[in-house]
Amino acid sequence: MTSSDLQGLYQELILDHSRAPYGYGLREPIAAQSHQLNPTCGDEITLQMHRAPDGTIEAVAWEGHGCAISQASASLFAELVEGMPEDEVIKRIDAFREAMRSRGRIEPDAELLGDAAALGGVSKYVARVKCAMLAWVAAEDALRKG
Amino acid sequence: MHNTASIVDTLTEAEVLRLREDFPILQTEVNGHPLVYLDSGATAQRPLGVLDAERDYLLNLNAAVHRGAHTLAAEATDAFEDARETVARFVGADADEIVWTSNATEAVNLVAYSLSNASAGRGGAEADRLRLGEGDEIVTTEMEHHANLIPWQELAARTGATLRVIPLDDDGALRMEEAARLIGPRTRIVAVTHVSNVLGVINPIEEVIALAREAGAMVLLDACQSAPHLPLDLHALDVDFAVLSGHKMLGPTGIGALYGRRDLLEAMPPFLTGGSMITTVTTTEAAYLPPPQRFEAGTQRVSQAIALAAAVRYLEQVGMPRIAAHEAELGALLVDGLGAIDGVRVLGSGIARPRVGLASFDVAGIHAHDIGQILDDAGIAVRVGHHCAQPLHRRLGITASTRASTYLYTTRDEVDAVIAGVARAIDFFRRR
Repeated sequence: MTSSDLQGLYQELILDHSRAPYGYGLREPIAAQSHQLNPTCGDEITLQMHRAPDGTIEAVAWEGHGCAISQASASLFAELVEGMPEDEVIKRIDAFREAMRSRGRIEPDAELLGDAAALGGVSKYVARVKCAMLAWVAAEDALRKG
Repeated sequence: MHNTASIVDTLTEAEVLRLREDFPILQTEVNGHPLVYLDSGATAQRPLGVLDAERDYLLNLNAAVHRGAHTLAAEATDAFEDARETVARFVGADADEIVWTSNATEAVNLVAYSLSNASAGRGGAEADRLRLGEGDEIVTTEMEHHANLIPWQELAARTGATLRVIPLDDDGALRMEEAARLIGPRTRIVAVTHVSNVLGVINPIEEVIALAREAGAMVLLDACQSAPHLPLDLHALDVDFAVLSGHKMLGPTGIGALYGRRDLLEAMPPFLTGGSMITTVTTTEAAYLPPPQRFEAGTQRVSQAIALAAAVRYLEQVGMPRIAAHEAELGALLVDGLGAIDGVRVLGSGIARPRVGLASFDVAGIHAHDIGQILDDAGIAVRVGHHCAQPLHRRLGITASTRASTYLYTTRDEVDAVIAGVARAIDFFRRR
């Protein structure tokens, strides 16, 4: 009844993450933080990058509301980058963005992006790319702010 | 006025199918399914006659209007002014009370900036009564489209006037007792929408207008969602200003109109200035033409105005009371059908007011984008998001909703399709 593209967009893994998101709930003390808004739909996210003393990302904490794609994407990002050095996180954000902007031409690299590669189907739906990018843009902004 | 709709014959199924032949885009397929276009509240489709009118003008008459003395220029000017007359008649106004704008947003801004310019001392003694300052109040409502809210926020900020907002009740209806309290001697202008672009409800504007009249305040009516769907008589309503959007009423994008009461337009200083709106110009100052030309600086949207007039004639030929009756039926089907689905809240469904063919809804636990995506997969086009009405959504405790909106070419089958599609979408997310 639904197309294969749509089944690809809303994979089981994505729906699971949207229902029980990982990293949900902001923490004290406030770490590097960013608030991002999708003005076309009003979806928003506040995301914190908590650094360990050695500079790796100890935890990602976030709160927000939005569609299944945006919520799952934030959850998958939080799960992916935990324990990672900052430059590795940036590398993954760049790779994710490249795949998202490819209009379905670039399959996300599962080795690099782990379960977040399941979001590859989003890139065929141009109107939804912003939903998937929201958390990743917030993370990039938070890291840039230091 | 709208009550006439209920005693008028609606469009028959056969008539709607015949009308649909004038809109070839409705025969297209989207994602392997016949298009079910339920986003006319955002932009309506255009019939062939409207496209032909624009093309005919460009093929046979195209010339600069209101400048130049050659035959073609004179004919083009006639056609342009005929279009103004046609649109004026359609909304119950006189031709010299209609100002062409790029869109309804520009029309609201035209009024706001003209009042702002008057407040800054422009427009001479005639504009005295239009000046705003500290102690003056501008009244709008919590349900407005951003286009009928932000220009007033900005006007208040520039002039020192205070913006007062008529709140909504839990259903989303205007709280009229608050309107009666807020509209008073300090009120200078009341800006209110005729039909909410989210709720589809026809507001009790006669009461709002009466309150404004009593207070000696001006009224600006946002008619973007009413003029395409209901018979409209601006003189009978006794509003001072009204704004129209061409592309929501079968016309082109890039054209809208401002209706302004003659004596007000005559007193108003211009908003945009430049060519085609002047009488005498020196290097230091200029004198301006009377309205509507005073407010039509620069090259005008001639072919768009002519196409909009063709759209209006098309609507008149079908008959606005019958279109209103058809859409009232579809609107009721939408509200009842969507409201009957478990977990669906139709916004404004508790409001005991007549409505147009438009319904927005929230689904518990499922975001509007996700509902819209499943519908799109089946070729059903709806609007998702805040529909440029964030304060209204916030008041109803949500950030986004899904909106289905009809027009004269919408069939009952299409309404059934979106209702079934929403049920299917909910099933898709709940089952898995």
